[in-house]
Amino acid sequence: MAKLKISDLAKIKDQVTQATSLREGGAQVKVTVHMGTCGIASGARNVLNAVMDELTKSGRKDIIVTTSGCMGLCSAEPLVTVEKAGAEPIKYSHMDDAKMRQVFNRHVLADEVQTQWVLAKGSEQ
Amino acid sequence: MKLFRQHWLICGGTGCQAAGSIAVRDALKAEIQNQGLAEEIAVVETGCNGFCAMGPVAVVYPEGIFYVAIEVSDVPELVSEHMLKGRPVSRLFYKEPATKNVIPDMMDIPFFAHQKLIALKNRGILDAENIDEYIARDGYQALGKALTEMTPEQIIAEVKTSGLRGRGGAGFPTGLKWEFCQKSPGEIKYVLCNADEGDPGAFMDRSILEADPHSVVEGMTIAAKAIGANEGYVYCRAEYPLAVHRLQLAIDQAREYGLLGENILDSGFSFDLHIYQGAGAFVCGEETALMRSIEGKRGMPRPRPPFPAVAGLWNRPTVLNNVETWANIPQIIQKGGAWYASIGTEGSKGTKVFALTGHVNNIGLVEVPMGTSLRTIIYDIGGGIPKKHRKFKAVQLGGPSGGCVPEEHLDTLCDYEAIAKVGAIMGSGGMIVMDDSTCMVDMARFFMDFVQEESCGKCTPCREGTRRMLQILERIVEGEGQEGDIETLEELAAMIQTSSLCGLGQTGPNPVLSTLRYFRDEYEAHIRDKKCPAKSCVALLDFVVDEAKCKSCGLCFKNCPVSAITWEKKKPAHIDLSKCIKCKTCFENCKFDAIS
Ligand SMILES: Cc1cc2nc3c(=O)[nH]c(=O)nc-3n(C[C@H](O)[C@H](O)[C@H](O)COP(=O)(O)O)c2cc1C
Ligand code: SF4
Ligand code: SF4
Ligand code: FES
Repeated sequence: MAKLKISDLAKIKDQVTQATSLREGGAQVKVTVHMGTCGIASGARNVLNAVMDELTKSGRKDIIVTTSGCMGLCSAEPLVTVEKAGAEPIKYSHMDDAKMRQVFNRHVLADEVQTQWVLAKGSEQ
Repeated sequence: MKLFRQHWLICGGTGCQAAGSIAVRDALKAEIQNQGLAEEIAVVETGCNGFCAMGPVAVVYPEGIFYVAIEVSDVPELVSEHMLKGRPVSRLFYKEPATKNVIPDMMDIPFFAHQKLIALKNRGILDAENIDEYIARDGYQALGKALTEMTPEQIIAEVKTSGLRGRGGAGFPTGLKWEFCQKSPGEIKYVLCNADEGDPGAFMDRSILEADPHSVVEGMTIAAKAIGANEGYVYCRAEYPLAVHRLQLAIDQAREYGLLGENILDSGFSFDLHIYQGAGAFVCGEETALMRSIEGKRGMPRPRPPFPAVAGLWNRPTVLNNVETWANIPQIIQKGGAWYASIGTEGSKGTKVFALTGHVNNIGLVEVPMGTSLRTIIYDIGGGIPKKHRKFKAVQLGGPSGGCVPEEHLDTLCDYEAIAKVGAIMGSGGMIVMDDSTCMVDMARFFMDFVQEESCGKCTPCREGTRRMLQILERIVEGEGQEGDIETLEELAAMIQTSSLCGLGQTGPNPVLSTLRYFRDEYEAHIRDKKCPAKSCVALLDFVVDEAKCKSCGLCFKNCPVSAITWEKKKPAHIDLSKCIKCKTCFENCKFDAIS
């Protein structure tokens, strides 16, 4: 490892804080992938991997990805909820890898709700 | 760096390791692998989180869920429920002892909610063995500022403005100490860290070194620049293997990054740091003894002056500060002395870390702003006295150099002068809570025994005087106290205080004097009536059940290890003295104070 200069400190900080920012709180967007038994069976894991991949690429520090249990809507799985600060939660049904990437880039990053896949408005219990 | 959607921060401090946290960590990692979650979930081992009595503890982010007392057998459920399905496992949440409320979120737990973290800013939130995580939390920013934007005078001025005082016990203003040393002539100077931590029950410094070693490295390097030193030592007791290990890793990583060594951050300034492992004698924590010990001589104090700022290690100008003092420095430089001075009281600024132990619900490490009352620490953070039928009696501060504070002074604030006024000292942070089952004479005897053992023997008053005081205290708790003992203790104490060379002798009689101040009647009861009011001194107990007080609950009968008690429902218990081994188990179990 080369000896650091002052500017390198800021670079390291920048790289590492994207990885550790979820310990600090203050997230602006939360993406929840519903992972009941049915969700997992219907491919929720691929959806989860897709959103993590897109998040890494985005470099954003204020987005967290979580999982939650079954919502009781097994026929609509995999389900994903996007919650942005100051806006109503949006639920998407029948997600897959490609749809998830589109939701991330259009809705999470650019604020365009992908209405074609929206399930219903309103918060989860 | 790779992103993980969930971080599990498992405490790998000494307390939690003793409770099995490493096995839990390994089991978590294995199960994560089995379930194919290795790419999604990070498991990070941190230093002490503060809540040691609840160990092994873990915090899960982003949710901030706090788990306590995790066992290896809990791991499959944690993985399948919380990691996979996002459903936290509520049976492993913290339960408040008084209300039985279950509290999932770490920052809602009163133990954490009332604390303010500066010295422990990074505890439990970062991997102590990874310098990048320290840098991500603004680490080494202050060093960069000190090396490239500040003169030595400006650094010292900032520390003086902060009002920071030494956390090792004496409370000497840190900026002033640095200034003396900076002004001392000399080409070669040293910066030292005192990690000898010898007070019984204290573990503040160990925790800082285990959880955030870089904060000490950074603080010392800033001071080196301020006084003009190029070399430093951390004097750490050898009984702290994990602290030594993590500190060594931190030093190695800092060197690799060029944050220690030649030409740090391209500033032209050079400084390097070494660890010296002490054999663990208490007196080696005294500054002049510590320096002699590093020089390879026997650790014995020498008279001052000359003070270390003028002639310290190898007779060179030297600054020695305590671990916790060092851990405050980076933030003072980064955020400014005025910011630090805005916290606390008129004469005591910033925060203080305490190791809370004894008869209190939440045993652990706490950091509070100066000006917090002892009552808040013991009741709001500590959760009060565990046994319902027991009452608070006193809290001992400052270990063998300190004193006790009784109920009537519990509203005393954390402030060097306020605590001294009631006869105790702020000390390095040992805080032992005692309920009314504690005999204050016996407590004083315990500390006198410690001081007598640890006296280096150089001064006759300390060596012989403490031995005489100990003998008298031992007689009193054995029921052989005599009229005049109290007066003799007081005379000896005054003599030792005034004619000992170092702080060990000068402060050693304090626990006796402060218990005499508040609990003189207890001494008198032992000496005159041959009674121990707290029912603690075995030689002064009769081991008889008072039938008028006995409610026939049978608890003593159920708990006696040698079946010396006879009892039937609705009849008072009776102790057969020929079988009784005087273990006092029945005293501890009786809720009605019926045994004497
Ligand atoms: C007998 C004795 C033992 C001491 N033990 C320690 C110790 O373990 N740790 C410590 O920091 N200071 C200890 N001190 C205080 C040190 O002599 C010194 O004042 C302190 O390390 C200075 O650092 P500070 O100004 O940052 O508190 C001890 C003093 C005496 C007299
Ligand atoms: S006061 Fe006690 S410990 Fe200190 S130098 Fe004298 S004999 Fe040694
Ligand atoms: S002191 Fe111990 S041995 Fe004696 S009666 Fe009580 S419980 Fe039994
Ligand atoms: S060692 Fe784990 S909380 Fe202190």
